[in-house]
Amino acid sequence: MSIDSMFTHKMWDDDELSKMVDGGIPFPMLSDAGGKVGTVYGVYDEDNGVEARGRFIIDPDGVVQGYEVLTPPVGRNVNETFRQVQAFQLVRETKGAEATPSGWRPGKATLKPGIDLVGKVWKEWKTEQAFD
Amino acid sequence: MSEEPAVGCARPTGGPVGEEPANTSNDDQKPKTEEYSMIKVGKKAPDFTAPGYQKGKFINIKLSDYLGKWVLLCFYPGDFTFV
Repeated sequence: MSIDSMFTHKMWDDDELSKMVDGGIPFPMLSDAGGKVGTVYGVYDEDNGVEARGRFIIDPDGVVQGYEVLTPPVGRNVNETFRQVQAFQLVRETKGAEATPSGWRPGKATLKPGIDLVGKVWKEWKTEQAFD
Repeated sequence: MSEEPAVGCARPTGGPVGEEPANTSNDDQKPKTEEYSMIKVGKKAPDFTAPGYQKGKFINIKLSDYLGKWVLLCFYPGDFTFV
């Protein structure tokens, strides 16, 4: 979503993005002319008339599980976004019985929050696990 | 004389030049626009509708139509920006 019109979106997809992604961008490119939606989401920069690089993870109940907002010159890390979605999906599937500690990615150990874990995280999780 | 602006991700815009119009007493009543975000993790994402483009078609999207699915909502500065 950006402040550009859907016509500009089409031109960008036709003329440039389709040269990067076969068949063009598959998902909806939304128009927020005037920045009304961006204002509600806290990403619209009135002075420059543009929206910051905001990224919101919204679960199947419509609840915001996480977000990240960057100023324009720095791009996102798509893999980190996917990792977070996978982590939120795992937590949801286990109905909160499992949680993903720092550095978790698919295949790495989860934690099972509960009274037995109090003061015992050091046994279950090592500092190296925070890093890839 | 025109000057060549630096090309960046921002979207430079024009505006009125010259003296600012004198304040009349009516202007004092203008409500201040406060900037705040309504977004909190664990709370509902504000619903919205928006026109858009997808795969050769112009479309209208409503966020709440995606209930039951995971949604990644991404904002960016503008088409043809290069980061």
